[in-house]
Amino acid sequence: MSELTSTAVPPLGPDDHVRGEGETVIVYVDLGCPHCAAAWAEISARPGAIAFRHFPVASKHPRSPALHAAAEAAGRQGSFFAMVDSLYADRSHVDDPHLWERVERLGLDLERFEADRRSEQVAARVRCDFESGIRAGVTGTPALFGDRDAANA
Amino acid sequence: MIAAGEPAPDFTLPDQDGENVSLADFKGRKVLLVFYPMDFSPVCSDQLSIYQEVKPEIAERGVEMLGISVDHPYAHKAFQEKLGVDTPLLADFEPKGEVARAYGSYLDGLGFANRTLVLIDEAGTVAWAYESPSPGEFPGANLIFDALAS
Repeated sequence: MSELTSTAVPPLGPDDHVRGEGETVIVYVDLGCPHCAAAWAEISARPGAIAFRHFPVASKHPRSPALHAAAEAAGRQGSFFAMVDSLYADRSHVDDPHLWERVERLGLDLERFEADRRSEQVAARVRCDFESGIRAGVTGTPALFGDRDAANA
Repeated sequence: MIAAGEPAPDFTLPDQDGENVSLADFKGRKVLLVFYPMDFSPVCSDQLSIYQEVKPEIAERGVEMLGISVDHPYAHKAFQEKLGVDTPLLADFEPKGEVARAYGSYLDGLGFANRTLVLIDEAGTVAWAYESPSPGEFPGANLIFDALAS
């Protein structure tokens, strides 16, 4: 049974997806969320680093779980943020054939991508982030935390 | 707002399908009442969507979650379908807000309930209650699990 009681956001760890250098902002985002898409360029352009944490709200954005799994699978081939940027840049083409086109454009191995994005490990990785957001009281996306807000910071 | 230790007022309200639901139906089980202002408002949509994501974990703890607002069952049905949630939504529609008033959640002058969570134990006693500081913000799902763990 998952533990979902209140606690601070987890500190940065080796599994986190981090882009940039310097002071890090931890951001919980939903790849199906239009507000996140609108804010993504601004979030990405801020000074310092960002740590991306998955927060798919499937009931509100039914395609979100598939998009987060796709980003995580792309990440296993070194292209996590490239896939995230791609998904936020064009939110109108997010069905499976569109994902395959993105994979080709990024030069990734499609067969491996397909296996990874449907794997239990990827689903668990996404859910782990989501649950950490729930425990930190995230009620909407994007939700930003300074790394000093994290537990044990 | 109703307080922990008080008996939970019984009620019978129609759900989104027009079927009557009574608190007494859940005797012997824990119930979480989620009072919210109104269907289709942005914050209510976020609240019910996020709670939906942890509904299995709430159910694992033996708790039935019920949403309540002053909207009509037809509105509830459309809202439930739009959001893709399966939490039963009860219509506190006529007399308007009667159940919300019984739980001390109704906002006079605004015409709807504040965001209030009420956890009722197996004996029908309020185990925990939380009211948002304002209708514009909703309690994170973590607070529900804190209450269930205490």
